[in-house]
Amino acid sequence: MSKLTFEDFRLGYIGSFGPRRVSRNEIVAFAAEYDPQPMHLDEQAAGKSMLNGLAASGWHLCAIMRRMVFDELVARTASRWALGVNELRWISPLRPEDDVTVEVEVIDKWLSRTDDSTGIVLFRCTARRAGGDVLCELTTPVVIARNPIEALRVS
Amino acid sequence: MRFFEEIKVGEVRTIGTFLFTTESIKDFAQRFDPQPFSLSVTEARGRGYAGLVASGWHVSSVSMKLYVGDAMRQIKQMAMRGEDAPVWGPSPGFRELRWIKPVLSGDTVSFAYVIGAKRLSKSRKGWGIVDIHLSGMNQRAEPVYSILSTAFVPRRSALHSMLAIDTPTLAPIEISIPSTK
Repeated sequence: MSKLTFEDFRLGYIGSFGPRRVSRNEIVAFAAEYDPQPMHLDEQAAGKSMLNGLAASGWHLCAIMRRMVFDELVARTASRWALGVNELRWISPLRPEDDVTVEVEVIDKWLSRTDDSTGIVLFRCTARRAGGDVLCELTTPVVIARNPIEALRVS
Repeated sequence: MRFFEEIKVGEVRTIGTFLFTTESIKDFAQRFDPQPFSLSVTEARGRGYAGLVASGWHVSSVSMKLYVGDAMRQIKQMAMRGEDAPVWGPSPGFRELRWIKPVLSGDTVSFAYVIGAKRLSKSRKGWGIVDIHLSGMNQRAEPVYSILSTAFVPRRSALHSMLAIDTPTLAPIEISIPSTK
């Protein structure tokens, strides 16, 4: 199956992926390795923090979102690389045993000015907990290969 | 790790270095971002990279690891001197994260941050908000990573009343990071 190219992405909603359940063990294991703040490791300390209870590292949620989007979309796309994240907001804390879903939409796209063979697609990804609360929202520009025939036609 | 009042805009702090080994790149990729060029040297070479390419999210997570490690060391030292150590709050988010150059297996990345701006929180009494520009550079002094991040920092003046603050939900986001360009 040929991969999705720049031309295949149209503005608007693409899909919703998941749900994926996140366990307490996963939360603590990620935090121990990459973000060992007490509010991500220990219920008692977390209860006294601004998060008001044990919650995953924001970077763990990012990594989980990445994996969910990778499996459903990135693996099928002729993407070259992500340039970064324009803006990200951690809106509410991810708790043990939450079921996470991720919605993906295209909010902008444009041709590369330096490389005829690629375009940039700006995605918005929104993670929610089952029930609808938004956990995190981010926008990320990704460089994606153009359909070679289309690339020839325009240039 | 200081209270809001003592943080100076423009202040620079180096937080540490990290060697991206083949094992660590593969381990993160297998769990969260299984791109072929993070898992197979042949795939990476086929795309013109000299070695495995670390997931961008791995680079971000490592920067957090070093940032927290540095903060923990500072808190410990303050406690040993008998000083009150502030516990920073969670971050409401960030802007302009850029994976500037691929981080390859064998690369050592040094991370540092500079305080961009600070202001009092409008929604949370006892807290200030600090903008942090964190960046990473490889062993060839090439910039590989940059992010404008935001954190809640407790005010010293609220040190004692803070313990009684009840914060059931997170407040609306208050991000307004000035561009560093």
